[in-house]
Formats: sequence, structure tokens, C-alpha cells
Amino acid sequence: MISFWTLFYKELLRFWKVSFQTIAAPVLTALLYLLIFGHVLDEHVRVLGIRYTAFLVPGLVMMQVLQNAFANSSSSLIQSKVTGSIVFVLLPPISYGAFFAAYVLAAAARGLMVGLGVLVVTAWFAPLQIEAPLWILAFALCGGAVMGALGVIAGIWAEKFDQLAAFQNFLIMPLTMLSGVFYSIHSLPEFWQRVSHYNPVFYMIDGFRYGFFGVSDVAPQNSLAVVVASFVAVSSLTLWLLKRGWKLRA
Amino acid sequence: MGTAVSIVDVVKRFGALTALAGVSLEIAEGEFFGLLGPNGAGKTTLISCLAGLVRPDSGTLSVLGRDVGRDYREARRLLGVVPQELVFDPFFSVRETLRIQSGYFGLRHNDDWIDEILHNLDLTGKAAVNMRRLSGGMKRRVLVAQALVHKPPVIVLDEPTAGVDVELRQGLWQFIRRLNGEGHTVILTTHYLEEAEALCGRIALMKQGGVIALDTTANLMAAHPGGSLEDVFVQAMNR
Ligand SMILES: Nc1ncnc2c1ncn2[C@@H]1O[C@H](COP(=O)(O)OP(=O)(O)OP(=O)(O)O)[C@@H](O)[C@H]1O
Ligand SMILES: [Mg+2]
Repeated sequence: MISFWTLFYKELLRFWKVSFQTIAAPVLTALLYLLIFGHVLDEHVRVLGIRYTAFLVPGLVMMQVLQNAFANSSSSLIQSKVTGSIVFVLLPPISYGAFFAAYVLAAAARGLMVGLGVLVVTAWFAPLQIEAPLWILAFALCGGAVMGALGVIAGIWAEKFDQLAAFQNFLIMPLTMLSGVFYSIHSLPEFWQRVSHYNPVFYMIDGFRYGFFGVSDVAPQNSLAVVVASFVAVSSLTLWLLKRGWKLRA
Repeated sequence: MGTAVSIVDVVKRFGALTALAGVSLEIAEGEFFGLLGPNGAGKTTLISCLAGLVRPDSGTLSVLGRDVGRDYREARRLLGVVPQELVFDPFFSVRETLRIQSGYFGLRHNDDWIDEILHNLDLTGKAAVNMRRLSGGMKRRVLVAQALVHKPPVIVLDEPTAGVDVELRQGLWQFIRRLNGEGHTVILTTHYLEEAEALCGRIALMKQGGVIALDTTANLMAAHPGGSLEDVFVQAMNR
């Protein structure tokens, strides 16, 4: 247990010590999206009966929760692999379960912190409405955990920083951007609506947004079921890979 | 005295290259054991197998009776390894590094022992300094300190004195000798043969993944009256 807490604490400390890059920067990015898209579209667009800027905020928050959770575990792992300092966690008697939990929870924590930052900053620009805070928390936590676990896989798989960047740019970014952050999927053609339903990130964003407005494309309990199922699938795979020492122990 | 480390028929291949070609070694508790051999002989690979960093293709290894595969957590608790590569985590100070390493081994309030290690490795003045700001030799000392935070009964040092100045070398050996005197088993690899000659009670010479000589330092030296360990080494390698 102590080894889990230590690894978790070390992972928190790692991003906290460079919080300018790991927290402030993504908050600023989200704010820029809001200012630009909100400015251009707020007058003309209403989604689910909500003004566009207000509609956009939860999507941006969740997008940053997800992307930063992924970034945290994946970059921490690749960094320690490239520098060799990964031996410090491979030599001690840390069980693979504790290893997994520490990286995933720290990743989710970073995601939540960034998300909270985005929420606070954007509250100045769009009225904040919260209908069901528990749904918000549940989706943020589960979504962050899914991405944190994916980040563990990506960080262990990648041997170089550019491989990780490819994973991020060709998988994580499209999955999050094409999930309804900027639009309701009802505005999409039939075909793309159906495609969206195969993207687990769609359910994360949709359910998260439900917590704010009390309306969504899919019933929140169904969305949560999909997200939890994704978490079970991704974490089973991650735990299995960790147990085998995949790419970590030659 | 029981067996500290038991290595039986360990084979490890990296693709077409056979790094360990069936190594067997038995090291008793309390020994100061030298693992010598030229670059690429397989010393680090053998140590990595013992530490669970590398998985052997066949053979078994155990630390104080704990199999490094099956009882990996117990085996790792009993082992302290100073890696050959000079690695460090740039986010932390020396003390943070050592506290975190203690935590990984399940130890919470370890500052008394950490202070003692820092003192013995002449790092007390650097405790609050970030790892990035240390010189190479200082970083090497921290690596040694990290391997010792959990007072491991078996200590493995993979070229701990590479790039370290004379003064620290003396200090380091004094400390390691003390630990050895208190019952810790020590396994050392080094390319400084005078060091091995002075410290090790028994030595294994490795070449191309195999052990080509294994005896007490005294017996090895006896084959070369008036010579040094270097003569023994050179002759064994050219045989
Ligand atoms: N991860 C790896 N992948 C491929 N080959 C490897 C790997 N690790 C070691 N080797 C090879 O295995 C052989 C043994 O290497 P090892 O590092 O064990 O030697 P060593 O005795 O420690 O040498 P040195 O004195 O230079 O440290 C070398 O030929 C090396 O190139
Ligand atoms: Mg070596």
C-alpha cells in the first residue's frame, strides 16, 4: 500500500512541479477555443436549445480532462523510459496492480485539475449551469481513468517521443475532437451520427454535458455503462500487459 | 552460512546474440563477490536477470531462497541494485529522491537511515539540491544511496566507481565494507582490478556469456606468484 501511495504521490508531484505546462497551458488553450468559436458562433447557433458558448464549455472541459489524463501517464512513462529512470520503479517490489492504479489515478487527477481550471476560467465568459453534479464527477473520473490507462499502454509501447506523438495525433485527438465537443451529433448527417456511436469518447462528452444541462443525445446511464465498459476493457488489457512485463522487462 | 544468491543454468538471448550461455553461480551470505569480465561479457545482463529487469530464456535465479520470477516481490525487497547507467529523475532533490525510493519499498519514516547514508556518501550538503544540478560523480553517489534505502541484505553494485573521484571511492568502499562486515552480501562488478583484488573474497571471471574462472581471490592470485589480478585476468581471457 505504501508503495502505491508513494508512486501516486510522485506522479502528482511530477506534474505539479511543472504545472505551468501541465495545467496552465491546457487551460489557456481551452479558453482560446471558447473565445474564438464562441465569438463567431454564439449569435447564430443554439444547440439542444442552449446558446453556443454555454453549450461549448462542458465539451471543452471534458476534452481537456481526457487529453491531459492521457498526456500525463504516457509522457511520464516515456520520459522515464528514455532517460532510464524507469528502473527506479522496476527494481522495487511494486505490484503491477499498484503500478497501474498509481499511474491511472494520477492521470485522472491531472485531468480533473485541468478540467476544473477550464471551468473556473470559462465561467467568466459563459453563464455556468449545473444540473446534476454527480454525473459530472462520474463522467470526468471514469473518462479520465480510461484515458490514463490508454496513456499507460501508449507510454509503454512507444520507444521514442515521436511514436507517442503519433499515437496522440492519430488516435486520441481525432477520437476526442470528433466526439461532439463542438457540436451535437444531431447536426451530423445520418451516417456520421451512427459512426459517432462507435466512439466511446462520444459517450464521455455526452454524459458529462448532461450533468450541466440535464439534456443529452443519449440517456446518461447508458453513456456511463459504455464508459465503464471501456474502462474495464482498457484496464484489463493494461493489467495483462503489465503483468507480463510487456516492453518493460526485456 | 546460507545461500544469498543462487543462479542455475541461466540462458539469455537477444535475437541472435547469446548474452548469457548457461551461467550457474552460488554466492553465500556475507560474501564480498566480484563479477569481472571484459565489455559485453554479460555481467550487467546477469545482474538484470537477478533484479527482474530482464527475463531469462531459461534457468532460475533466487535471492535468499526467493525465486525472482515467482516470488518477485520478496526477491526484490531483499536486493539493492546500483545500475551501471547514470540515471536520475530530474524532478526531485536528493532527499526527495531517497524518500520516494524508500516509499517504493514500503518504508515511510526512513529519514534517520537516509541521513546516515547521505553522511557516509558525503552527500549531506547536497540533500536539498535538485538532481539535475549535481555533477556526474554526485549523481553516481545518489544511485548508490538509492540502492541502500531499504537496507537490502544483498547489495549489487554494477561499476559503482566509474567516474567517481578518489576520495569518494575510499569513502564508498569504507561504507560498503562496513555493511559487508554487518552481514550484507555484496556483489561487485568493476573494471578497476586493484579494487576487486583488495575487496573481493571470491571472483567469477566472465567471457562471452559464460563463467570461465571461479575461485577465491587468493587462489586465483596463487596461480601467478608475484603477479597482480590483472595478470590473472589477461591470461584467463586469452586462454
Ligand atoms: N537490451 C539488449 N538488447 C540487445 N542486446 C543486448 C541488450 N542488453 C545487452 N545486450 C548485449 O548483450 C551482451 C552483454 O551485455 P552486458 O551489458 O551484459 O555486458 P557487460 O559485461 O555488462 O559489459 P560492460 O562491461 O561493458 O558493462 C552485449 O553484447 C550486449 O550488446
Ligand atoms: Mg555492464
